[in-house]
Amino acid sequence: MTIETKKSRKNLLSDTGVSRRGFVKGAAAVTGAAIGSGAITGFPTIWAQNIKNVTLRQFGTGVSNINAVADKVKEDLGFTLQMTALDSDAVAQRAVTQPNSFDIADIEYWICKKVFPAGTMQPMDTTKLKNYEYISKLFIDGKLTPDSEIAQGTAPHTVGFVEGADSVKFASAPTQWMTLIPTIYNADTLGIRPDLISRPITSWADLLDPEFKGKASILNIPSIGIMDAAMVCEAMGEVTYGDKGNMTQEEIDKTIAVMIDAKKAGQFRAFWKSFDESVNLMASGEVVIQSMWSPAVAAVRSKGIACTYQPLKEGYRAWGGGIGLAKHLSGLELEAAYEYIDWYLSGWVGAYLNRQGYYSAAPATAKKFMSEDEWGFWMEGKAAQGDILSPEGKVMEKAGAVRDGGSYEERMGSVACWNSVMDENKHMVRKWNEFIAA
Amino acid sequence: MAFDTSKRSSYFLITPMAAIFAIFLVIPLLTIVIVSFWDYDEYRILPDFILDNYSYLLGSSVTWKIYLNTLKYAALTWVFTLSIGFTVAYFLAFHVRSLTWQIVLFMLCTIPFWTSNIIRMISWIPFLGRNGLLNSALLNLGIVDQPLEFLLFSDFAVVLADVHLYTLFMVVPIFNSMMRIDRSLIEAARDAGASGFETLRSVIVPLSKPGIAIGSIFVITVVMGDFITVRLMSGGQSASVGLQISNEIGLLQYPAAAASAVVLLITVLLIVVGLLRLVDIRKEL
Repeated sequence: MTIETKKSRKNLLSDTGVSRRGFVKGAAAVTGAAIGSGAITGFPTIWAQNIKNVTLRQFGTGVSNINAVADKVKEDLGFTLQMTALDSDAVAQRAVTQPNSFDIADIEYWICKKVFPAGTMQPMDTTKLKNYEYISKLFIDGKLTPDSEIAQGTAPHTVGFVEGADSVKFASAPTQWMTLIPTIYNADTLGIRPDLISRPITSWADLLDPEFKGKASILNIPSIGIMDAAMVCEAMGEVTYGDKGNMTQEEIDKTIAVMIDAKKAGQFRAFWKSFDESVNLMASGEVVIQSMWSPAVAAVRSKGIACTYQPLKEGYRAWGGGIGLAKHLSGLELEAAYEYIDWYLSGWVGAYLNRQGYYSAAPATAKKFMSEDEWGFWMEGKAAQGDILSPEGKVMEKAGAVRDGGSYEERMGSVACWNSVMDENKHMVRKWNEFIAA
Repeated sequence: MAFDTSKRSSYFLITPMAAIFAIFLVIPLLTIVIVSFWDYDEYRILPDFILDNYSYLLGSSVTWKIYLNTLKYAALTWVFTLSIGFTVAYFLAFHVRSLTWQIVLFMLCTIPFWTSNIIRMISWIPFLGRNGLLNSALLNLGIVDQPLEFLLFSDFAVVLADVHLYTLFMVVPIFNSMMRIDRSLIEAARDAGASGFETLRSVIVPLSKPGIAIGSIFVITVVMGDFITVRLMSGGQSASVGLQISNEIGLLQYPAAAASAVVLLITVLLIVVGLLRLVDIRKEL
């Protein structure tokens, strides 16, 4: 919101003498209470005119804070969306400790599990969302197709609904009250250099195959690295897990022991922490097999180096994020937020995300905004007819290319585990540090 | 009266410095010490007074391993920077006769410092890599038939980068000390029949001690607190105390990070005190 409008609202507020709501403080108090006054005087027609004065402050991790989305919001809906990108730890902390510093939170589902119970967000009334019915079933009941198995970890549908409008208790079945609408999600697996590996890679266990001694890498972000490690240990038959997304201390200890043995035997060339590091390790040939993220594989390929995002028989490790409403939103801003969220599901953003290699929450609406060739390549696993372009217009794949892992159903239908935060998180981090220091 | 005025003006003159120290050093340090006793969960730090952060830190074998590793890096880096730094300073101070050339060569030493620390470090990576310049050269010359793997993402790489980055910190203070040595002392030593090595041992080294001590303090404190060199050059496979603190901050475990920082601070202070015991910098400056 611009300073001018804030000031004018402040005047309006003092003129009408609307009482402040106790919990709202600072700048948010001004907007919140001013909007409250709008609601009380009750002229809905004014809203339509005022909506372009609204500014919604969205914060979240870098992946989904896309400026193109903010520009399109201004164009389509008329109001301003201000985006702030933070790393996921900072996002979680801010969502809990500074509830008035944001209007829309863009958080991952595992963060939601911790943040929503803190009571700084409000659920969305799904009856107000015209596009609710198009949201992928993965986020409603956890099953992409009726016969798919529900994955371990913080599966989005388990934290996707609460029991009522004021509840912070996650519902076991879909209700009218949704915590987050999904924005971006994807399935992660191992990246390999097919030109430097002579045999087919089919299992997570191949990461620790002595054949790749000194040429393997794993990501050194404890909460995600431990999952990849667990996928490996389970595939090797070394450890069996009740729930890889919420391991017991014993399971964590066993997993780390396997990893420490591998490290001491010289299996790993390096560990990576940032996107660029993973790209460089792979592109330089220091590493031929490693945990990787989808855009990093695209970045290696764009250098003209062969790199495959290898589907594995045990399935994928998936992650996903969504946007939700801050508790303090009400009146005009709440209306604007609902409009924004409904618009988010209406297809334009979905198409944009699909073209980046991620998936959109409502594939059916995104389809309308994509060419048949684009849809065929990204979503159906078909060979590209012409060049496949990124949203910025850069050539990502040439005609004839097929997406690694195939179609949406094949990839998202074989998720083994979702990113999560464990009850034994502190213990896990300490053990992970032992692994790094070993 | 005159005494009072001068006393008052002295106090007045030291106030800005004292205020800067208080605001930018004492208060932050106290905050770190206080926070190190607090509790935390995933997303919050909780004001409290607990000793858990310290008891876990000091009781964990990981900590001891990490400290040992960090001390190893510091010791190796110290040995190499000292021998290289001393040699370079000796050459500049005693073999280069003209002041102009001394200044020119000294400037030459500082040129690499015109680029960023990180860039100088990262440029080793393509050089030392498996398919890097050095390995390609060795393979082409037929000196080795397999690329040398230990060159990159190893302790070797960490120490190499540290030595490369910090040798100048040794050269400058040692050069400074050597320039202050009265040349007639060296002549006197020669007249008394001392050989070159004896002069070095009994005249030059003792008189360069303050420079050596200052350089050592620079190098050791920097290497003890370093995290980015260790992370990049070991490929994330080795740990150092600084890296541990950086990880804890990344996970929002501020109290644990504060406790680690306090322990590191004490360790480094002990080393510095030890060095100052050996050499009284103030007396010899």
